[in-house]
Amino acid sequence: MTIELKIPEYSANWAEGEQQGKWGMAIDMDICTGCQACVAACAMENNIPFVGEADSGYGRSMHWIRTERFWEGEFPEIKMTPYQPVLCQQCGHAPCEPVCPAFATVHSQAEALNLQVYNRCVGTRYCANNCPYQVRSFNWRDYERPEPLPNQLNPDVTVRRRGVMEKCTFCIQRIHRAQDQAKAEGREVADGEFTTACAQACPADAIVFGRIDDPESAVSKLAGGARGFHMLEELGTLPAVTYLKGG
Amino acid sequence: MASEKHNDHAHDHAAHLREKHLMLDPLPRGQMNDMVMESMRATSWKFWVVFGVLSVIVAVFLFGAWGYMIANGLGVAGVNRPSYWGIFLVNTVFWIGISHAGTFISAILRVFKAEFRRPFTRAAELMTTFGLVQAGFSIFMHMGRVWLSYWLMPIPNQRGLWPNFHSPLSWDLLAITTYLLSSTMYLFLPLIPDLAMARDRTPDGTWQKTFYRVLALGFRGTEGEWTHLRNAMNIFAWAIIPVMFSVHTIVSWDFAAATRPGWSSTIFGPYFIVGALHSGMGAVAMVLAVIQSRMKHMKYFIRGEHFEGLGMLMLLVSMAWAYFFFNDYMVQWYGGDKWTQQLLHFHEAGPLGWMWFAMLVFNVAIPWVTLWNKKWRSNPWLLFTVGLLINVGMWFERYIIIPISLTINRMPFTWRMYTPGVEIYLGIGTVAFFILLYMGASRLIPLIPVWEVQEGQMAHSLKTYGRETVVTVSELE
Repeated sequence: MTIELKIPEYSANWAEGEQQGKWGMAIDMDICTGCQACVAACAMENNIPFVGEADSGYGRSMHWIRTERFWEGEFPEIKMTPYQPVLCQQCGHAPCEPVCPAFATVHSQAEALNLQVYNRCVGTRYCANNCPYQVRSFNWRDYERPEPLPNQLNPDVTVRRRGVMEKCTFCIQRIHRAQDQAKAEGREVADGEFTTACAQACPADAIVFGRIDDPESAVSKLAGGARGFHMLEELGTLPAVTYLKGG
Repeated sequence: MASEKHNDHAHDHAAHLREKHLMLDPLPRGQMNDMVMESMRATSWKFWVVFGVLSVIVAVFLFGAWGYMIANGLGVAGVNRPSYWGIFLVNTVFWIGISHAGTFISAILRVFKAEFRRPFTRAAELMTTFGLVQAGFSIFMHMGRVWLSYWLMPIPNQRGLWPNFHSPLSWDLLAITTYLLSSTMYLFLPLIPDLAMARDRTPDGTWQKTFYRVLALGFRGTEGEWTHLRNAMNIFAWAIIPVMFSVHTIVSWDFAAATRPGWSSTIFGPYFIVGALHSGMGAVAMVLAVIQSRMKHMKYFIRGEHFEGLGMLMLLVSMAWAYFFFNDYMVQWYGGDKWTQQLLHFHEAGPLGWMWFAMLVFNVAIPWVTLWNKKWRSNPWLLFTVGLLINVGMWFERYIIIPISLTINRMPFTWRMYTPGVEIYLGIGTVAFFILLYMGASRLIPLIPVWEVQEGQMAHSLKTYGRETVVTVSELE
């Protein structure tokens, strides 16, 4: 009698596109001018407080999207990287999600987004430590909103208090409004029917938002091009944001 | 003539052994009990001055500053992006490390029947419980909304919301709670006979009498009670060892399970345990030196031999720590990941590079240079100094692992230094609270497990065979 020592067959289960999100974004670094309109629009849309100069300089700025650029040397002998707006990448396999002890950072099955449940957050800040993109903002204090600023608060978005983590939601309030509208009219949400605040504000149309699971959408076409790449792709986080290489 | 000389020699040898070893230098039980009671009651005005000063520090620095932080948000502390965890977590890991010494000395030395442990097991066990209290303070302080911290406990609620058991922080909470409960019970069990002893020597009608009577659980010292107590202590001594190992391993997983350069290291579990023992041993040496010099009759109970044994353990743990440090560093460096390489360079050559070198000097160089010498390591104040330096070095180690390593991440745009804010005061507050609890306990419960010392002394005897004086130890239990 012989004993058969069988090595189990290796099965790779990374079927392309299967884990891909529903909503996606393509950011063209070649046409981004670094004007920060997306940063301002995002802050307006999502009730993001102004933390002031001192706190901001100390690394407590609360922007859900920021424009990164690196340079080397003294002007005019200067080497620069293109502007790169960085926001939550809405990972398909997010490092922030498993580490939250309170289930405040969860994955939305319906929208394939990373949700932050403000009411459930107790402020351990583990998610922010574990985010390789460092795109989470923490409410270090209760920030002041002098009159008449409270009047411009977006009623669709929760105002967060101190001790709570927050981050980009892909303007989920806009997603829901568009879906409700489409459902009332008995149709699917059309590509380009709505967009996020940052994409809407971008004067150069460097940010394109839409259904990444629809191969005919504008964002899918851009993201599928030769210039597309994902940030820190080697970590296997399956980001929903695709960057298009700058020239 | 010649034989007389030999007898003298044997006598000298025996006297020498008695002087050196507590186990060979027995006193009548009643006298020893009275000595311990007196050490508890003899309180000078200096004690109350220190006690008062520490109480003020605790009230202002710990509770006052914490209240201020709760009212104003974590902005008053120094944590920022990317160092979301600062000194709070450094102190948490530090205090959990301190708490490891108690279990190690008490449980491991007990099951291995290391006789020199007998007089200071309780002093070490108290450090476990009180250290864990400070660790608890430190970890709750760092939470953004601490008033909701009960959400991390699996409490049944109408919404069916449970904590996330995938999170290392949830494991951490369960592990630390388990450790706190089991180490408190383990502190309590060997305390019962001593509480009964104290009860019988306290005058009626005092609140101390009630305190001891309630806590002694009616212990009278019958054979059956001793059997039950021994069984329970045996079970706890064995069971608490894996709990101790699991606690600091799980604490290390808070870091090791994260996807960060410098943190995702597979050797963090044992590395953290050895580090915990390193700082814990140093803290035990410090506490023993203070107890010996400040409390009455303690020179009889705590002698050079105890510092000597402890010094040997410290040297051994220091070597083990150096091994794990090198192993961790070597493998991370060899991996060649560009972020990790940046980080390692930042550790040594960054603005706080001096801390990295100080850590190596305090944790390795100083113990290795001083503790190899038997005479030196028998000296309480030398051991106190070395223990203090080791604790500073181990605190630096945790500071390097947490805020300094957090500075370097995969998004260079967010790199920023961490400057501590109010957490410095909170840290001082936890140190003061630890000492305060310890001082309070030293007035209320016998710091020396008298029955354990007496048991050891009964088992040891000096016998003279011809010209030789020989120590014999009978097997107990």
